[in-house]
Amino acid sequence: MGKAGKTVQSDEAAGGQLMSGAQAIVAALEAEGVELIFGYPGGQALQIYDALYDSQQIRHILARHEQGAVHEADGYARASGRTGVVVVTSGPGATNTVTGIATAYMDSVPLVVICGQVSSSVIGTDAFQESDITGITMPIVKHSYLLQDVADLPRTLREAFYLANSGRPGPVLIDVPSDIAAAELHFTYPDEVNMPSYKPTLKGNPRQIRQAASMITDATRPLIYAGGGIIASGASPELAELAELIQAPVVTTLLGKGAYPASSPLNLGMFGMHGSKYANYAVSAADLVIAVGARFSDRDTGRLASFAREANVVHIDIDPAEIGKNRASEVPIVGDAKGILAALSEQLRKLAHTPRTADWLAQIAIWQADHPFYHPGLATPTGSIAPEGVLDRLSELLDPAASIVTTEVGQHQMWAAQHIQRELPRSFLTSGGLGTMGYGLPAAIGAKLACPDKLVLCVAGDGSLQMNSQEMATAAVSGADVKVLLLNNSALGMVHQWQQLFYDKRYSASLLEDNPNFVKLAEAYSWTAQRVTQPEDVEAALQWLLASEGPALLEVRIDCDEDVFPMLAPGSPLDAVIGAVNIGALDDMIDGKDWCEQDDRQASAWMLAHRAAAKEEAK
Amino acid sequence: MSADTNSQRRILSILVANRSGVLSRVSGLISRRGFNIESLSVGPTEDATLSRITVIMVTSDTAFEQLTKQLHKLIDVHKIVDLTDENAIERELVLIKVNAPAEQRSEIIEIANIFRAKVVDVGKAALTIEVTGDEAKIKGIEDLLRGFGIKETIRTGVIAISRG
Ligand SMILES: Cc1ncc(C[n+]2csc(CCOP(=O)(O)OP(=O)(O)O)c2C)c(N)n1
Repeated sequence: MGKAGKTVQSDEAAGGQLMSGAQAIVAALEAEGVELIFGYPGGQALQIYDALYDSQQIRHILARHEQGAVHEADGYARASGRTGVVVVTSGPGATNTVTGIATAYMDSVPLVVICGQVSSSVIGTDAFQESDITGITMPIVKHSYLLQDVADLPRTLREAFYLANSGRPGPVLIDVPSDIAAAELHFTYPDEVNMPSYKPTLKGNPRQIRQAASMITDATRPLIYAGGGIIASGASPELAELAELIQAPVVTTLLGKGAYPASSPLNLGMFGMHGSKYANYAVSAADLVIAVGARFSDRDTGRLASFAREANVVHIDIDPAEIGKNRASEVPIVGDAKGILAALSEQLRKLAHTPRTADWLAQIAIWQADHPFYHPGLATPTGSIAPEGVLDRLSELLDPAASIVTTEVGQHQMWAAQHIQRELPRSFLTSGGLGTMGYGLPAAIGAKLACPDKLVLCVAGDGSLQMNSQEMATAAVSGADVKVLLLNNSALGMVHQWQQLFYDKRYSASLLEDNPNFVKLAEAYSWTAQRVTQPEDVEAALQWLLASEGPALLEVRIDCDEDVFPMLAPGSPLDAVIGAVNIGALDDMIDGKDWCEQDDRQASAWMLAHRAAAKEEAK
Repeated sequence: MSADTNSQRRILSILVANRSGVLSRVSGLISRRGFNIESLSVGPTEDATLSRITVIMVTSDTAFEQLTKQLHKLIDVHKIVDLTDENAIERELVLIKVNAPAEQRSEIIEIANIFRAKVVDVGKAALTIEVTGDEAKIKGIEDLLRGFGIKETIRTGVIAISRG
């Protein structure tokens, strides 16, 4: 919660030191303990940039595009837990931040974005480089401010930092007209924030917690559904404690990856659209789902009506609006996951809870054995390089305690989520909610600058990498030693996959046959780079990549017909169409390149038997 | 999240910071989440730092609960009261310009009197009537005046306050 790291020299008698608004912004950033910001200058930000020039504390990273700057701040924030800070100019500088802000908003990432704005006197006149960035970003910020009086500036920054990184975190935008940046004030930075209309509930209701505990005691097939909220809350130890105590399997969302160690036998990893079959079967068969910091997104639940049909739901979230939004819950608990999970474990210990999940875990073990992810090794049957195998090997080579993986968006992202094992929170950064191609490379740069001692690697696709490839310059110039593993299939692979499966192989606008030479491109930015095309060369190339000094790119050529499996099968025509295909039930998955009916039938049979048994019991 | 089963007309009274842009945040959120606003009115309150927005819309229970929660997340929203229950006093002021040739004037004025409405302007061929009341009353007078030919209707939007 952005406690002031340093306090600015303030001349108490005179009511604070006299300075310009622009200097006050820098002083406020320093008071917040900010050491690194990302941005791009321009006319209406010149005063702020001039003030930054004097700062001893703040290092400014010059991105090569404002979208890159915001993703870099986002990667910095996700890797460190601190608030990411961005400074840009008005008009095009500000509008270029929109995708970055929306990405952070969807994934609840704390950012403070400061935009220069035209002078108050000309706002509304279509002045040069005027854009109503406060209006444009209204739906994608946690809050925003258009400064109208320089005297409000210190309080506004204090509030912005507090809002960004408290409650459910999110981006906050501050629009600074140039006359306000020029005006003078006596600067004192407030210690306290006073926002009567903003009081996030942190402590869970004890009665609800007791109810949740008794529901857990009654359950024989409990399951924990862990989302990104666990990571935001720092609740991984409490999650692990609860899971151990009640011996419940844990499934994670894409953003929850790392919230619970992959090495734990209770961890079933990712479920949902491209999760494992066993995780999806477990969710579908559970009699109690304990959702923590997760929001029942359509990518998780598949067809909502058939999601965890047999389960009661305990839903723990700091945002009351998430509770009941998609799935009704029997026991809603609003508050901070960390405290609530601890209280829940304590209550269960008081009840001397003894788990009755042995049969449940045994059944899951059978599913795990029967339906593992694909581990083809480094070569596909046709002799091309197998992307899953490359990532399996990469995962073995990475030290989970000393590495951060970011991804772009597409097939490579899903393969990375399936095959790269993560043990710690904040070690897998990906754009989940918005699915922003172009996120991974800048996010890796931000993460590396936040955690210089960790190896930071971006798993990229050839489409996505080209969305923000200019940020290779930022990495080279700022000394952010990031690695890129490019899975080049000369296609917009995920689009290609959907066209292959659902659009009769009509590859409309999804082939990238005219890709640039990525090795040369990287070298042009003074990176080092290599390309592999044969499975037998992969091992040495990976070793080279991880041992390389300075930013480096390894291009791995793969076949564009490689698909991500398993995958949710489309539902019946009447079901909700989300994206271009209607969404099916979780336990109805396409397995491999043909429909694996046999497996599904076995699983359904088990569930049918269970349902019958449950009905008997109810009588 | 639009109006589905068990849809109902609802009155929401939202206390917000009296600051520029707040109306746009509130109305933007309502439309973005797929709700249609039937009526909206804004005005200052007894506290100069706060304004009140009264919104009328038709929604289901679950959608309404979700909307209320989302509105609560706006930092400028201080308090939300659901005045849907009959427990609230609801008023709207309406100006109706109605065709009124000389021979029909007295009849129109009589109708106005029954509804405790006021004639606020008299033209050559039209009368303007000011009426205040709840939805039923306004609909009542409108129905009666329609026969004469309504030229124009202007409504303030509903405001509401709890009883007691
Ligand atoms: C900015 C943006 N535009 C479009 C999309 C839609 N989209 C999702 S995945 C994808 C293809 C990604 O291709 P690539 O980066 O090469 O990865 P691959 O799927 O081939 O691994 C596209 C176009 C998106 N997610 N983001």
